[in-house]
Amino acid sequence: MQYQVNAMGKPCPIPVVETKKVLAQMTAGDTVTVSVDNAIAVQNLLKMAGQKKLAAESRTLASDHYEVVLALTEESLAAAQTPIAEEAPACIPDARAKGTVVVLSSDEMGSGDPVLGKALMKAFVYALTEQDILPDTILLYNGGAKLSVEGAPTLADLKLLESQGVEIMTCGTCLNHYGLTEKLAVGSVTNMYAIAEKLMGAARVVRP
Amino acid sequence: MNEQPIVFCKGGGCTAKLGPGALAHVLEKLPPFTDPNLLVGFDHSDDAAVYKLTDDIAMVQTLDFFPPMVEDPYIFGQIAAANALSDIYAMGGTVKTALNIVCFPEKMDLNILGRILQGGAEKVREAGGILAGGHSIADSDVKYGLSVTGIIHPDKVLENNACRPGDALILTKPLGVGIVCTASRVGQASDEAMEAAIASMTTLNKYASEALAPFEPHACTDVTGFGLLGHLNEMLAARCGAQLHWKALPHIPQALEYADEFLLTAAAQRNRNHLEGKVEFESTPFAVEELLFDPQTSGGLLVSVPADRAEEALAAVQALGLGCGIIGHVTDEHPGVIRVTE
Repeated sequence: MQYQVNAMGKPCPIPVVETKKVLAQMTAGDTVTVSVDNAIAVQNLLKMAGQKKLAAESRTLASDHYEVVLALTEESLAAAQTPIAEEAPACIPDARAKGTVVVLSSDEMGSGDPVLGKALMKAFVYALTEQDILPDTILLYNGGAKLSVEGAPTLADLKLLESQGVEIMTCGTCLNHYGLTEKLAVGSVTNMYAIAEKLMGAARVVRP
Repeated sequence: MNEQPIVFCKGGGCTAKLGPGALAHVLEKLPPFTDPNLLVGFDHSDDAAVYKLTDDIAMVQTLDFFPPMVEDPYIFGQIAAANALSDIYAMGGTVKTALNIVCFPEKMDLNILGRILQGGAEKVREAGGILAGGHSIADSDVKYGLSVTGIIHPDKVLENNACRPGDALILTKPLGVGIVCTASRVGQASDEAMEAAIASMTTLNKYASEALAPFEPHACTDVTGFGLLGHLNEMLAARCGAQLHWKALPHIPQALEYADEFLLTAAAQRNRNHLEGKVEFESTPFAVEELLFDPQTSGGLLVSVPADRAEEALAAVQALGLGCGIIGHVTDEHPGVIRVTE
């Protein structure tokens, strides 16, 4: 399988941290292509590859766009005994649908029984990870801000989406309102200006 | 009410420093200033500028500021101030006055700024100095530091590059605070490691400086953004070489663990690139190499002392309670090259 990590615009050590998450899912024959925007990040990725004995090559696509392709080798498998994820989640190279924004404005999906609503929301975020085409951005506001914090049942799936290049943005005012500011565990904090801009610029807005 | 967190910059503390290569390139092109009273200017790549006022008094000036590397604004203020004050101690001077340098977002809670400045002010007071003013700019990110003025006797200036072959090298704080803060930024540092890093970063180098003064050090610098090897390279000034023993390096134990997880900064890699060909590693683990290139925020003093007084000098620093050690010695062989062995 060919994995992708989009670490453009992300400072060290984030490119390495995100790549390591993907490496943990990879089996023999898989490759991961990491996009970064600076040569130092390339060097840090190659340094890790050297230590983990991965096959590595890098190429410069532009002065602010580099790619590093890493592959497991027999030596690296032996050295690390990389745990193989039971069922590696599907991951299609840069499968983001241009201009699709998913809005999660509650921690429940639909109205009715709150317990059911929460279970449905967890299932929805999981189902997103399984889609052939991923959204560009996921916006979380109001009750949705509870989905991207430590301990949230949706956290692992949101992290997986982020590792595949989906931008996860949570409303800062909302986090603050629910007392969750310190608990945000995936993506970045955003504000109303950016939320309005994302929604106005979206080709398609999906609200479960 | 919930506090707004400090909006973190991409790399806090001394990891945010411009790379040594980039900096040297720009500084080279500035016209040199000459004045017989300027004892240390920036052609020396020293820690602070020293200007002789009278035969007995020279003025030591420095400034340092950077973005936050810890969550707590009060601790950030303490660290930024300890880091700025350190340059005075690295020259062997005494702190007199300090001015705040502040960048702060207009929309952010001013209580946060209050706590940053409180932390800074307390460190200036601890240093025996006076906080005399400052300057604030509205900016998208938080940055804080100090401009500090101290005094020193013109004959007692501790230059950073006057080490002599045979000298023992003493480091007065543990290495690894850059790696630990980086691990913390991605949620992978233990509380214990972060506490050790904060304890080190908030400690003034005043105490180590005072403890070592009686042993008549030949050279002194503080270890900050360019990492131990970068600052040692400046100390050698291509005149001397150095031999380091990696097993003797004081360090935060978890830093090695995090380095093995590749929680590394861009700044450390820039330091590595800058020192290419100037460092020889022999049977040195990867994580230790990273420790040696790790940019330190408010790092310790690196002091070159006469070898026969080294043990006694170390005992004086050990009494202060932070990790420290005799990490190697200055050689007349392989000038400009640092050898790292067991």
